[in-house]
Amino acid sequence: MTTHEHGQEKRSKADWLLFVVGFILASALGFWLTPTILYAQKAQPFQFSHKLHLGEVGDEGCKACHPFRKDGSFAGIPGVEKCKECHSDDTLGDKPEEKVFVEQYVKKGKEVPWLVYAKQPSCVFFSHAAHAENAGIECTQCHGDHGKTETLRTYEYNRLSTYSRDIWGKSLMGLGSPPNRMKMDSCADCHRENGVRDACFVCHK
Amino acid sequence: MSANKGEHRFGMVIDLDKCTGCGACSVACMSENNIGTLLDETDKIRSITWLRVYQIDNGKAFPDTQIAFIPRPCQHCEGSHGHHTPCVSVCPATATDYDETTGIVSQIPTRCIGCRYCVGACPYHARYFNWFDVPWPKGAERGLSPFVSPRMRGVVEKCTFCYHRYQRAKNKAFLEGGSVGEKDYQTACTEACPSGAITFGDLNNPKHKVHELAKNPLAFRLLERLGTNTKVYYVSQRDWVQRKLDNYLAGEKLPVKAAS
Repeated sequence: MTTHEHGQEKRSKADWLLFVVGFILASALGFWLTPTILYAQKAQPFQFSHKLHLGEVGDEGCKACHPFRKDGSFAGIPGVEKCKECHSDDTLGDKPEEKVFVEQYVKKGKEVPWLVYAKQPSCVFFSHAAHAENAGIECTQCHGDHGKTETLRTYEYNRLSTYSRDIWGKSLMGLGSPPNRMKMDSCADCHRENGVRDACFVCHK
Repeated sequence: MSANKGEHRFGMVIDLDKCTGCGACSVACMSENNIGTLLDETDKIRSITWLRVYQIDNGKAFPDTQIAFIPRPCQHCEGSHGHHTPCVSVCPATATDYDETTGIVSQIPTRCIGCRYCVGACPYHARYFNWFDVPWPKGAERGLSPFVSPRMRGVVEKCTFCYHRYQRAKNKAFLEGGSVGEKDYQTACTEACPSGAITFGDLNNPKHKVHELAKNPLAFRLLERLGTNTKVYYVSQRDWVQRKLDNYLAGEKLPVKAAS
């Protein structure tokens, strides 16, 4: 039998097994390694319980701390001035996080450098008024059940673009939904489904 | 000539006899839209001026010399047959489009591939290519407007009729439940003009000043006979100004428009 004819022989079961195991191992490494290399993690300045605070503010809900300004723009994350309406110089409870907040930020008059999960690139125009007021969409539809969380999850960002992983898409396959996926595709899909214009200038600036 | 069936048709009427050429509109525009200055601004071909003020004269010797200044924003062409805006029709990346609800020609720098076809197609030189990154001095980012995204090198940009101001005005209208009024949406150049030469508003809305002003028999548009059907009207009592702003043959008469 020549070498050439030997090559035509059927592969053995062991060969196939080696291939499958190797393929699975390489894929597993890739799926684990790529996000680890691409995304860096940062912890929030200190922990914050949305659940606890939402219970305190009553019927007003999210808007109690995240209101609209008079000119129609959305105020976003409140400044320390807003927190001081309840948290004055003394702590209200016995949580160590509150102690950090009062001593390092309230007393020093410093703003908290919160990391915003949903922060979009500068070329994106998003109107909270159009979505929450005009279309009547609930906050949770895009931000998830943030109000029910007791801790702030770790903030992840893309090392190259520096954008939050939430907006760039934790689910690259397109299977996820906000807040894990707040990509342009998600915006465009919803606009199309609801018959809203999806021209460039609607969401870009 | 209007074919725009949309709700709004935002446009401008500029009185050239009121314009003193001070350039306040240009400065306001640059400040509003985060337009930077390059290291070498003597190279005017590469300067970026969304609203440029041109100077023309009647070509006569003293004492008959007359001068006029022509502020030139993007003319927001609608096109005479349907929506045939010169720049929009050539863009291979759909980075610019004609908004049929407002009549505004958009420009999305993040989508632009920098081929500059639109720059060549625009009859008004209203489009600018970023040959360089703007050398912002350290700390300048704190002075930039958050409502307009700064551009990088390699993309085209142009006047947007301060579209972000329209977005902001709409926000307010959503919250208060009204509609965007004439005063709610004004461009930065209109507000800056000290002599009140620029008027901005919805050409489709009879309550807006521009609606009447554009009907002035003395109102004309830049290179009107190209059929670009622009939304920036100019008004001048001086025949030679109107003559210079379109291609008239020697001895050809100016069109007489019926006063409405």
